[in-house]
Amino acid sequence: MEAFTRLTSRTVVLPAANIDTDQIIPARFLTTTTRTGLGERLFADWRYDEQGARRPDFVLNQQAAAGCRILVAGRNFGCGSSREHAAWALVDHGFRAVISTEIADIFRNNALKNGLLPLIVMEPTAAWLLAHPGVEVTIDVEQGTLTLPRGETVGFPLEPFARHCLLEGVDGLGFLLSRTAEIDDFERRT
Amino acid sequence: MARAPQTLFDKVWQRHEVCPESAATPAVLYVDVHLIHEVTSPQAFALLRERGLNVRRAARTLATMDHSTPTRTAQVFGGTPIAIDAAARQVHELEENCARYGIELLGLTHGQRGIVHVIGPELGLTQPGKTIVCGDSHTSTHGALGALAFGIGSTEVAHVLATQCLLQRKPRRLAVNVSGPLGAGVTAKDLILAIIARLGIAGGTGHVIEYRGATIDALDMEERMTVCNMSIEAGARAGMIAPDETTFAYLAGRPRAPAGEAWERALASWRELCTDPGASFDREVAMDAAAIEPMITYGTNPGMVIPIGGQIPQRPGDAVFARALEYMGLNAGEPIKDHPVNVVFIGSCTNSRLSDLRSAAALLRGRRIARGLTMLVVPGSQQVKRAAEAEGLDRVFLEAGAEWRESGCSMCLGMNGDVVGRGQYAISTSNRNFEGRQGAGARTLLASPLTAAASAVRGRVTDPRELS
Repeated sequence: MEAFTRLTSRTVVLPAANIDTDQIIPARFLTTTTRTGLGERLFADWRYDEQGARRPDFVLNQQAAAGCRILVAGRNFGCGSSREHAAWALVDHGFRAVISTEIADIFRNNALKNGLLPLIVMEPTAAWLLAHPGVEVTIDVEQGTLTLPRGETVGFPLEPFARHCLLEGVDGLGFLLSRTAEIDDFERRT
Repeated sequence: MARAPQTLFDKVWQRHEVCPESAATPAVLYVDVHLIHEVTSPQAFALLRERGLNVRRAARTLATMDHSTPTRTAQVFGGTPIAIDAAARQVHELEENCARYGIELLGLTHGQRGIVHVIGPELGLTQPGKTIVCGDSHTSTHGALGALAFGIGSTEVAHVLATQCLLQRKPRRLAVNVSGPLGAGVTAKDLILAIIARLGIAGGTGHVIEYRGATIDALDMEERMTVCNMSIEAGARAGMIAPDETTFAYLAGRPRAPAGEAWERALASWRELCTDPGASFDREVAMDAAAIEPMITYGTNPGMVIPIGGQIPQRPGDAVFARALEYMGLNAGEPIKDHPVNVVFIGSCTNSRLSDLRSAAALLRGRRIARGLTMLVVPGSQQVKRAAEAEGLDRVFLEAGAEWRESGCSMCLGMNGDVVGRGQYAISTSNRNFEGRQGAGARTLLASPLTAAASAVRGRVTDPRELS
């Protein structure tokens, strides 16, 4: 997976709160056995009508969204099921970060395993970003900062190991494997 | 020196710390039981192959198939091909992966197959004090027996396959204290829906919930599973209930529970798994069970829930709320009771156990479902199915006009051929009412098996207390 150090991109805004994983990727698309190709299904029921045609009023179908790599969403993004397909679909579509005031636990874990940054901001920053779709912002993972177009820089919390994994482009399995001796020892003791 | 008082969660966590967490790294947590199924495991096995890794402890993983499998008998046992090709591929791929890595599989025609969160406890594999994970968010169900159980993603499934461990930051602890008796016609489902209404759907984020108090103590095991099952609907990855005599009596004699001397040793260890007096939680919430009515959802997340006799709230200026009601075709300020219903689904890891089927059957006995209504009853496992049939419950459902199927997730998530049609109203005993959850455009009302059965009889949203 691609290392994530710094990213400058325009934002796409989905203001709804509680966007659940069934919206991000409906269950009927979970019959795949691979991790790729889900980008076309991202937000499928919002993006396509009953005949499969793109709904012109949905933000991801608009020209302005092309090439945007940062999604700004209402609070409690990614609630619901544990399907990693939600993170895969966002990454496959080209997103590298989701900004919200609150992100659900399992989605957050899954995102980090795929180099997708769950970026938590305080309410005023979120409100400003939600009200200004398409602005260009810069994320610096090393520094833990988000720079807004008016030049203001805000910090965001990032658990140190998550930061390490993003900067190195790894999912943590290597670290777990490096603890094999301790795992062997635990199994002998218990 | 006396040990500091600990919560149930603290004790289970501590017993499984391979390496404690530090500022720089999360804890390495050992996983006792790993459950896998056909939908979230293929990519995990692919990851193993990409990295040239093997399964570390194959005997600690149990596989079954439930999510995308058909519930029609002909497709399960009759030799008729699985109607959805991609689902058939997932079933086949799980069979291949289990054979290749030496993992036990309760496959499509196995007599112990079922919804992964139904069969774990049923087999006695789910036990107090164990760490249990699965690539499914309703793994929280197993916490009903005092296990620390939570859902993980597919990459983490690969981590567990390769190392039998997970990297985890220690979550915070939330106590939900429930006192008072549940009223007649008020079930464990209504209790957990009321708890979700109280906490909010993100109220448990970052926490493990311990359900405590006299009301919880009085619940039987299957009721406790219903409560813990929906912890994730309050945002909490895990919900736990301290094991007690009810738990031990449930486990005794189950095929994968310890027996003989091992049972006695296990009991001694399990009896230590209660929250010590004076142990502290990061947050505590108190609920009065006597005030809880039969509950039903009206919106597009499980927190949008009201007592069945109540009115849909009004939230002027809330565009997201308005959009949810528009999707549901319902109006703020109106009652939900008596709203017409097209489909009734009794099943899912929340409410598909024998006691759930008994309570629905008791209401349906000697009655018929409303004309034009479709009702699907899907037992949680093949064992539940056989037990229900031995009591004649299948006859009750069939004579009432319902369909009786093979076990599986079925209509809970509409990826196996069982779907609710666009614009139709379904009263469902499952756990999620998200847009499109039961099929594109489907409108889900979550409720208890009693409320679902009562509503099936009238073809309208019905308070079960009016029919019993």
